[in-house]
Amino acid sequence: MSAPADLAAPSGLTPEQSRALRRSPTQCLRHGFVQALPFILVLLPFGMLFGVVATDAGLDLPQILGFTVLVLAGASQFTAVQLLTDHAPALVVIVSAIAVNLRMAMYSASLVPWLGGARPRDRAWIAYTLIDQSYALAIQHYEKHPRLNLAQRIGYFLGAVLATCPFWLLATLLGVWLGKAIPEDWALDFAMPITFLALIAPMLRSPAHVAAALVAVVGSLVFAFLPSGLGLFVAAPLAMLTGAGVEVLMERRNGARL
Amino acid sequence: MTGYSDATIWLIILTVALGTYGLRWSFLGVFGSRPMPLWAQRLLRYTAVGVLPAIVAPLVVWPAATQGQPDPARMIAAVVAVAVGVATRNVLAAILGGMATLYTALYLMT
Repeated sequence: MSAPADLAAPSGLTPEQSRALRRSPTQCLRHGFVQALPFILVLLPFGMLFGVVATDAGLDLPQILGFTVLVLAGASQFTAVQLLTDHAPALVVIVSAIAVNLRMAMYSASLVPWLGGARPRDRAWIAYTLIDQSYALAIQHYEKHPRLNLAQRIGYFLGAVLATCPFWLLATLLGVWLGKAIPEDWALDFAMPITFLALIAPMLRSPAHVAAALVAVVGSLVFAFLPSGLGLFVAAPLAMLTGAGVEVLMERRNGARL
Repeated sequence: MTGYSDATIWLIILTVALGTYGLRWSFLGVFGSRPMPLWAQRLLRYTAVGVLPAIVAPLVVWPAATQGQPDPARMIAAVVAVAVGVATRNVLAAILGGMATLYTALYLMT
């Protein structure tokens, strides 16, 4: 209203938000890179384990790298190699390994409002590098700073990708060469849950988001008995419906009050 | 060694790679800057909070490292990570808080 123009936080932005808005695309890239670094803790043990398991399954180095570079999706790679070890029919391996990645379509859809305006070329590499980590990091950043421009958003995404995807490859190679995973008592198995929880927590900023997350947790535990991660495909849509439903209810209530 | 021919394995790798890329590209590639219907936008706002907790919750309650036995150290660490994240809105602080809690709890409990 009568706020002087030289205040640090114009039009209701927090100092952090104004700082984010002032970054050049290159600075955004650096920012995304730095913020993605903790994920190396996740990718290193996971990727090394893939190298070990795939070698044990009898795959040669080009094939292992084929999985890691072309598929670039940890859970799906483990599923494929596990089924190869069990001598499943090729079609079963293919269908199961792709099914594990169905969540990627949901990530793709949820990024449309933020990155849909990018050039087709940019959308092509963004799709290739859309992994759990780059998605989770990018979406929390975009929601926290909704006024970033497209170049800033792409820069941040690229930074997050550069700090994660090459390490997935490196970790796989280390697993193949060293032939052993990181000792279990380092408890790095839990780096993945911790980093994901750390990303989700700041997103819980409305009752609708909290309700969606709660349904996701309860749903995934209740439907955990379903085979090969299918529980996720019951729990996640239920959670998203819950979030949208609570949002509609709250809008109606606010509307009634006006 | 694997019981599959090299050609079969490469067929599997390439098909899974193409299928996965197709899923990743799907909406981003097709929709582009065309607006999504409002109801879809409303649903998709909850993708991250709907998918990521559903991936993580079973790992927290039944960790693979303990052969699926619930582990108090890991559960406390998960709670601390969420609490720090909600309180500070800072991702790095939440990760550090969670991992520090995990190591402290594991050290005290073993």
